[in-house]
Amino acid sequence: MKRITWLVPTLYIIFLMLPIYWLINMSFKTTNEILGTFSLWPHNFTLDNYIKIFTDRTWYQGYINSICYVVLNTLISVTAALPAAYAFSRYKFLGDKHLFFWLLTNRMAPPAVFALPFFQLYSASGLFDTYLAVALAHCLFNIPLAVWILEGFMSGVPRELDETAYVDGYSFWRFFIKIFLPSIAAGIGVAAFFCFMFSWVELLLAKTLTSVEAKPIAATMTRTASTAGYELGLLSAAGTLTIIPGAFVIYFVRNYIAKGFALGRV
Amino acid sequence: MIERIHNQKAWFMVLPVILLVAFNAVIPLMTVVNYSVQETFGNNVFFWEGLKWYEQVLHSERFHASMTRQIIFTSIILLIEIPLGIAIALTMPRKGLGATLCLVLMSLPLLIPWNVVGAMWNIFALPEIGFLGHVVNSMGIDYNFTQQPISAWVTIIAMDVWHWTSLVVLLSYAGLSAIPEAFYHAAQIDTATKWQIFRYIQLPKMKHVLTIAILLRFMDSFMIYTEPFVLTGGGPGNSTTFLSIDLVKIALGQFDLGPAAAMSLIYFLIVLLLCWVFYTLMMRNEAR
Repeated sequence: MKRITWLVPTLYIIFLMLPIYWLINMSFKTTNEILGTFSLWPHNFTLDNYIKIFTDRTWYQGYINSICYVVLNTLISVTAALPAAYAFSRYKFLGDKHLFFWLLTNRMAPPAVFALPFFQLYSASGLFDTYLAVALAHCLFNIPLAVWILEGFMSGVPRELDETAYVDGYSFWRFFIKIFLPSIAAGIGVAAFFCFMFSWVELLLAKTLTSVEAKPIAATMTRTASTAGYELGLLSAAGTLTIIPGAFVIYFVRNYIAKGFALGRV
Repeated sequence: MIERIHNQKAWFMVLPVILLVAFNAVIPLMTVVNYSVQETFGNNVFFWEGLKWYEQVLHSERFHASMTRQIIFTSIILLIEIPLGIAIALTMPRKGLGATLCLVLMSLPLLIPWNVVGAMWNIFALPEIGFLGHVVNSMGIDYNFTQQPISAWVTIIAMDVWHWTSLVVLLSYAGLSAIPEAFYHAAQIDTATKWQIFRYIQLPKMKHVLTIAILLRFMDSFMIYTEPFVLTGGGPGNSTTFLSIDLVKIALGQFDLGPAAAMSLIYFLIVLLLCWVFYTLMMRNEAR
């Protein structure tokens, strides 16, 4: 019985790792080897694909662009969501429930619906092809999510903490920054993780709102796939590199992942 | 749930969020509404058309076809991912190094950009040079996702299961680890079977997180665009053209703004309606 229970997660993880292994495997092969033979590991091991990415500006700039707008979006989303989540977790006010649902509806809006109007809106406001444009556009789904997660964590902090601080003569903002925020540090970390994640993986809006200057790495990859024919090795190397930031961020929040995915409401 | 007090000033704390989201949501949504009732021949000249586009979309074969495909796809992946996710969460190690390792490895697919997921599966499933394609073909099964609709469907479903089952696992795991040891002790004293423990202790405790899981998986699978677009481009033929792919084809490909806008709104309203039902049920559970 014990052996069988181990089998299920093990098989699942093997299933998860296979395509990733294949991608990494391809990234170290030459184009000739990819198209010529079927091999489980690279026979003519080459780093050319990676060298090309790190020396060609159109490639490595894509990574810098992606990271810039993702970090900017995470900062904006979490900063704006903090006071709002506090309000939702502590106070009753006119239309609070409707407002909360309205925020969530934006998480439900298919990005495909918004692609064209976003293009027009950001072109009209002169933000087209800047980091800020993508960062603001991603707020559409990241702010509701951050509010949702933070509200869950904040509801777990007892009211007595607030009241004790007021009795001790703290002003609201001093209490909020000095006492309250440190007590939900894990929640902030989780919210930031999710904002990072959804901004990092989204492509449709990021691609629509940029052309040259702020073009994300994911868009650079689609261009290669379509115009330069089958540069599978290069494409695999670029794909492998996009996995690294995610893996890095997961490592930092590893102890909070489970609670975070439950949006702080277990 | 903590007691909340009345305070209308709380609106000021919510204001930044409202402004940011409104800029992104209300203005574009109004643009879409605008397009959906008008006809344009370019040059910013518009004519009032009323509900013509809505009628056209609701009666078009093409919309029905992509809607049907969308519903079939979403049902299949929910039926696979939810039970599979629960099964994995139940069997994975509950604490220690094994648990951390499982969590980290399982979250990995969630952090990969969606087009890379598509590209990765494309490379993985290619006949002859891809691992999956090569293995399946060498077993004597005719498989080529760029030419056969059935292969394309199987590949897309496998890809989605690969991509998102972990979300269900992580949520279920969070629900399971919140169950106090005492519950299991009590069950042991009552000599409950494994099934009884699952049915009467674990499942009720996971109810809340599973609602979130179903809600998220429903929403995201209903909006799926990038992964199938990169993998199959909606083909072969139109066999994997889901709603979003069809919508982008009409809006940005053919530039038929009116029908595209009407379709957008119908699409959005369907997602909204179903999510509202879920959300209300969820909130009712919480209040209880």
